[in-house]
Amino acid sequence: MLGNASLLDFLSIGTVVPAARPWPRFRLDGKAWRALVERMDAADWLLLAEWAEPGEVHIALRDEGSGSIAIASRPCPDRRFFAVGQVRPGAIRLERAIHDLWGLVPEGLEDRRPWLDHGRWPCRHPLAAEKLPPAGSPPPYAFLAAEGEGLHQIPVGPVHAGVIEPGHFRFHAQGETVVRLEERLGYLHKGIHGLMAGKPLAQAARLAGRISGDSTVAYALAFARAVEAATGCEVPARAHWLRALMAELERIANHVVDIGAICNDAAFAMPLAHMSELREKLLRANALLFGHRLSMDCVVPGGVACDLDDDGIEVLRHLLSRLRKRFEKGVGLYSDTPSLLDRTTGTGVVSGSLAHRFGAGGFVGRAASRSHDARKVPGYPPYDDLDFAVPVMAEGDVHARVMVRVQEVRASLGLIDQILAGLPGGACRVDVPRQDGEGLALVEGFRGEVAVWVRLDGDGRVAAAHFHDPSWFQWPLLEAAIEGNIVADFPLCNKSFNCAYSGVDL
Amino acid sequence: MIPPIAHFLFHHLVRGPATLRDRIPADPDGVAELAEAVGVRARARLGRSLAIRMVDAGSCNGCELEVNAANNPIYDLERFGIRFVASPRHADCLLVSGPVTANMAEALKRTYDAIPAPKWVVALGDCARDGGCFAGSYAVLGGVDKVVPVDLHIPGCPPPPKQILAGLLALLERAAAGG
Ligand code: SF4
Repeated sequence: MLGNASLLDFLSIGTVVPAARPWPRFRLDGKAWRALVERMDAADWLLLAEWAEPGEVHIALRDEGSGSIAIASRPCPDRRFFAVGQVRPGAIRLERAIHDLWGLVPEGLEDRRPWLDHGRWPCRHPLAAEKLPPAGSPPPYAFLAAEGEGLHQIPVGPVHAGVIEPGHFRFHAQGETVVRLEERLGYLHKGIHGLMAGKPLAQAARLAGRISGDSTVAYALAFARAVEAATGCEVPARAHWLRALMAELERIANHVVDIGAICNDAAFAMPLAHMSELREKLLRANALLFGHRLSMDCVVPGGVACDLDDDGIEVLRHLLSRLRKRFEKGVGLYSDTPSLLDRTTGTGVVSGSLAHRFGAGGFVGRAASRSHDARKVPGYPPYDDLDFAVPVMAEGDVHARVMVRVQEVRASLGLIDQILAGLPGGACRVDVPRQDGEGLALVEGFRGEVAVWVRLDGDGRVAAAHFHDPSWFQWPLLEAAIEGNIVADFPLCNKSFNCAYSGVDL
Repeated sequence: MIPPIAHFLFHHLVRGPATLRDRIPADPDGVAELAEAVGVRARARLGRSLAIRMVDAGSCNGCELEVNAANNPIYDLERFGIRFVASPRHADCLLVSGPVTANMAEALKRTYDAIPAPKWVVALGDCARDGGCFAGSYAVLGGVDKVVPVDLHIPGCPPPPKQILAGLLALLERAAAGG
């Protein structure tokens, strides 16, 4: 009967949870949940995020056919749930993390090793209703084995050679060639879920802006939009446009320096010097116009914390016209240096089918023919009024990821031109009404789609919140991309993904 | 065709480097803390060179971004003899960001132990002082000094490159004078 049902039709077997906005939330019993997971195996329903609360698991899904979005929840009175990771490989690490934090058991999941819990917290299942005492000395982590003649292991990290975030990479190599890479993350786990609970809105917004510093605008924006959805707060048009301005500046600042850094990891240092100069100019403009080099705490629930005057618009216009020229020079340096292209072309290939299976977004997905962009679908203001293209390539190699980012910079520069020309007048901030409710927001950060879910109590406080970084679905692809490449190309591949550490460790 | 790299080289030969030429203003907070720290312990002379090993002990990566910015051609840390090294064994100074997560504490301690004495520890950013906005979590120890002794704290969230530079310069000058 439910063979061809759409996502919303299917979920209507559950009960609707009131006050969930802008997309509905359905509560399913064990049988219906299991049916949902089994149905997902064949349906084109994309997993957007998966998280939990002390007695309940949630998944956010999007029906790729109709575009409708919904949250499905499964109360777990017996502390177990039928694992989504059986049909969505991207959910495996999410469910391992859910088990670590909330103590809910993902039934049917093959890989039950801990993910975030390194055995160093004062308790196990720190977010569960009943915490367990720690297990004693930290247990060794069981890396997956690779066997064969002449294989050797190379452990790297968590502390790396450069100024970069911590994570452990375990290589199995045969001579120079990588046979298997396995990532182990979680070193940056700060307990964001626990910190969020009970925080007043202003403090929570500050914390949301510090989940991943390079995406601070994206996270602050997604958090603000989730809060506004939950409370039914209408933000003035000018605020939407200024938010988009800050978000596009953040995207450009990250893309330019990463393009340079990728060249640097192929031992060509000059593009990095050139591009980091451009980034510096942007950060200084941020400091001048918005009062913070990374625009931290500038996007707040209800609008933006700082307005832009006509002088500011002039400053930006002037800066961006110069930046555009210098950026193209830098791109020329990349694309006209054959010895560099030789390193990036055909290196670290991600297949389109893998990108689709994991639902990988951002430039990692778009370089492997998955064109999704949250600014288009589901879309949010002001992007519906702006004209921009989403670049897509099919090769899936380091070069494709570089070129997608190059085109995204161009698109963002075009967007900023339109924003500066069309910026509506009026106020740029309103008060957020004190109201309880739940909200979900999807925002396109520079890495891809950031999802934030929040539940507010009636006193202007956060009752619970979840932050989903796009890198959850990109990290596993890096393991696939490096297979068969030489160990020396790992920095190059890794940089071309530039996955979040702090954003996924939470 | 003239290769693009030739254009760049020509441009920089004619126009000079992009590096800032103004003096770096000293940061009063950091310097005061530093003067005290150095007063307490006489330091061996370093000469005008400082090798730094950076460890992210739970930061949001904002602090790393600004450290990387301090290395860009505009601030160009290396002209002061300050450079980032890949191994703690080559370092004089440990620069630590983040509130120190439980999962990073051992790696931080081990990195510190691997640095040959005399050594300095600089805590970078507000959350490295006391955990900042992450303080109070089960997963966070709440400050670099919970794991290793701290000589200097550079405030800010994140501290801008100029402030990082001012703090490190002060460390350098005091260390040289105090020898
Ligand atoms: S001080 Fe601020 S910018 Fe630096 S790591 Fe902490 S939260 Fe991030």
